[in-house]
Amino acid sequence: MIKQIDFLGKRKFAAFFSGLLLIAGISSLAVQGLKFGIDFTGGTLVEIGYKKAVDLTVMRSALEQAGFGDSTVQHFGSAQEVLIRLKPREGVSNAAISTSVLTAANTGLGEQGDVRRVEFVGPQVGDELTEDGGLALLYSMFGILIYVAWRFEYKFALGSVAALAHDVLVTLGFFSIFQLEFDLTVLAAILAVIGYSLNDTIVVYDRIRENFRLLRKGSAEAVMNTSLNQTLSRTLMTSLTTLLVLAALAVLGGEIIHNFSIALLVGVVIGTYSSIYVASPLVLALGVSKEDLMEPEVEGEDIDVMP
Amino acid sequence: MQNHFPLWKNLLVLIVLVMGIVYALPNLFGDDPSVQISASNEAEISPERLGHIKSLLTKAALETKAVEQQKNKVLVRFNNTAEQMRAADLLRNSLGNQYTVALNLAPATPGWLRSFGADPMYLGLDLRGGVHFLLEVDMAAARKQAEERYNNDIRLALRTEKIRYKSVSFDKGAVKVVLRNEKDKQAAITLAADEFRKLNVKVDDEQPVLYFSISEEEIKEIKKFALAQNITTLRNRVNELGVSEPVIQQQGDNRIVVQLPGVQDTTRAKEILGTTATLEYRKVDTEHDVQRALSGRIPAGSSLYYERDTKNPVLLKRRVIITGDQIVDASSGLDQNGSASVNIVLNGIGAKKMGKFTQGNIGQPMAVVFIEQKTSTHMVNGKKVSRKQKIEEVISIATIRDAFSKRFQTTGLDSSQEARKLALLLRAGALAAPVDIVEERTVGPSLGQDNIDKGILSVLVGFVLVLVFMAVYYKVFGLIANLALTFNLVVIVAVLSMLQATLTLPGIAGIVLTVGMAVDANVLIFERIKEELKNKNSPQTSIFLGYEKAFGTIFDANITTLLVALVLFGFGTGPIKGFAITLAIGILTSMFTAILGSRMVVNWVYGGSRINKLSI
Repeated sequence: MIKQIDFLGKRKFAAFFSGLLLIAGISSLAVQGLKFGIDFTGGTLVEIGYKKAVDLTVMRSALEQAGFGDSTVQHFGSAQEVLIRLKPREGVSNAAISTSVLTAANTGLGEQGDVRRVEFVGPQVGDELTEDGGLALLYSMFGILIYVAWRFEYKFALGSVAALAHDVLVTLGFFSIFQLEFDLTVLAAILAVIGYSLNDTIVVYDRIRENFRLLRKGSAEAVMNTSLNQTLSRTLMTSLTTLLVLAALAVLGGEIIHNFSIALLVGVVIGTYSSIYVASPLVLALGVSKEDLMEPEVEGEDIDVMP
Repeated sequence: MQNHFPLWKNLLVLIVLVMGIVYALPNLFGDDPSVQISASNEAEISPERLGHIKSLLTKAALETKAVEQQKNKVLVRFNNTAEQMRAADLLRNSLGNQYTVALNLAPATPGWLRSFGADPMYLGLDLRGGVHFLLEVDMAAARKQAEERYNNDIRLALRTEKIRYKSVSFDKGAVKVVLRNEKDKQAAITLAADEFRKLNVKVDDEQPVLYFSISEEEIKEIKKFALAQNITTLRNRVNELGVSEPVIQQQGDNRIVVQLPGVQDTTRAKEILGTTATLEYRKVDTEHDVQRALSGRIPAGSSLYYERDTKNPVLLKRRVIITGDQIVDASSGLDQNGSASVNIVLNGIGAKKMGKFTQGNIGQPMAVVFIEQKTSTHMVNGKKVSRKQKIEEVISIATIRDAFSKRFQTTGLDSSQEARKLALLLRAGALAAPVDIVEERTVGPSLGQDNIDKGILSVLVGFVLVLVFMAVYYKVFGLIANLALTFNLVVIVAVLSMLQATLTLPGIAGIVLTVGMAVDANVLIFERIKEELKNKNSPQTSIFLGYEKAFGTIFDANITTLLVALVLFGFGTGPIKGFAITLAIGILTSMFTAILGSRMVVNWVYGGSRINKLSI
């Protein structure tokens, strides 16, 4: 072995750093929460494109006159495009809202705009999506826990799931701190981050398992350090290529999937970090030993011991 | 010999490659703006009619790219959208109501590709533009209607059977019937067993009181009917909109998804989906002459109507026998002679009215008038003018053979298709459970095109960046990985096209992400080969061990990601599902291309020869 980086030696520093990220994220989530998009809150969203730049003040007053004083108006993508959001209303025919918003906006500006997008989500649908989204997160974590416990060992399963929870919380925290809109596509991105980060973690674990069986000498820490170093160039290469395409998506993919790409960018960076600095130190802290991984039969028994 | 594939493996990779190319190809040809013509009664379009359509287009100097007949539709392709629009307007005006003219973007896949069954990917609404509605049927209202109906029916039945009651009222979700004495109570129990088998009857042991409640099974029936009724009505309406590939589907047990690709005018779509139809049973005026009425002398107490299909004039009495909201059910079936018929069930009030009327009118014809409030939009001097219009048409005339009330049959229909149509219309005019739009997503055509352009651009740029990066870092092996990556992209597109899975914007993001992650397998393998070389293994052995040792890791890592994709698919709706599908397909194809595909090329380049150095 040439020069080795002592990843696990810095685990206290890493724990401190992760703790900091988590505390910042969780407290922001607790204090200001996520800025949920209409997919989850329900409401109406209308995106209109005009030929000339839109004066938002004119637009706002036009909407106010039409009785949509509670709407938020912003430019979207360019000055010619506006995005109008409305909170869900009770007692008004849902379908009619978007139509009257459109009429009000067009008469206010004196120009027939090009309807780019209309989204209306009823509050009941929003609630269901929130519930389904939460369930999807839980179920995927649980599925992973079982699979990793079966293929490796329960300590590894706990380590990987903890690392995933870390990634999800940090990414959610990022969205909360910067108050980026959290919609369905972002939820999909977070689930994809789980997939990605797990992929990274499994590659490292795989090496650790192999080395435990191969290397007779050395402490658990030394074996794990070797494994991390061996997989390092792969970890970095894959993250780099993935980040390259994600950057392309974030810059060129358009406004609609912008937040999706941001979530993935943050998630991939944090996922790469966690597979080195969170997943492995945790397994070490749980007291993994050579015996845990020696014989395949032992793995089978370990499943039974699982809580 | 090390690093040599058996023939079958080489063939397998090559066959997949060729099939991938063939099935991915249709996506390069784009769409033709076209017009789709179908008969309203779903009959086949005759050769004469086809000739007529062709001559209409020639006369208007509209150049067609192709005219194709497919089952009961005719598809006319044009070179540009302007001609397509002109042709659609022309055909709508000259073909009349019996034909539906819809705008369509027909894939311009060449014939030889279509003969393999190769079609381009199906684009989601966010890419092609269109409207997505999620409608919810108000089941509580449907239940309430049913309870109301039973309440009336029970009263009526008691009166008919001359069972005297103190009161009939709603009580905690049941109909409470208070009778005068024990004898009446027994009579009511017998009546319940005879006529209200679908209801649960609870008998009070001490007092002469019965509780009728709707059974769980009946509630299920009611819900099913309310949903089916709304779906059929929606189908009917959507046909009027002239949409080429509408999707109307049940979702869950109380929701309906309506997707109208290419529809831009959502106001009109909402109007049409929201209008309600009603119907009326009326007596045919046989005393006066229809011809005289046609010339303007309509007798007092009657009005002139036209039959829906034949456009024959009919004179009907003004007095309405029953209205559509008294129809409980209408279904098509066969009568005792085996010919097509429609079975109709009325509620209590309707049955009473119908009974009274039919008793005195045996042998007389009776007609059903279908009434719809339509908003039609026409182009007048280049401006859109919408007009509200009440359309009343006679959909059925039948002679009363016998006195009837609650249940009766309309027989003598020409075909079972006709019976189905009549039943559908009767149901459409019956009292419907109200629906609410709970979700709407409209994407304008300009945004759709934007999304496609941006999506393709980001896939291409991301792809090229990865190619350059790999080639610089891994040299010859990098180029091989690039071949595998290109192969992977082709296969993903081919699989999506073959499955006709819906490609959405998040789906494109899924493809981008798989491009990033697909190199992972190759990176794992190449890093392993490098390590083996460092361990002083020969180049050939290093290649062999690199692939061998990396396989397990790749497998484990991908299976877990696949697991996540499956969960996404299971829980996701629309856009998330699209993402999950492409992600899952991408994982599977990348394993194939990165392991087998790249290995094949590596074997071709290095296999079987003595080499001292690898370019990696």
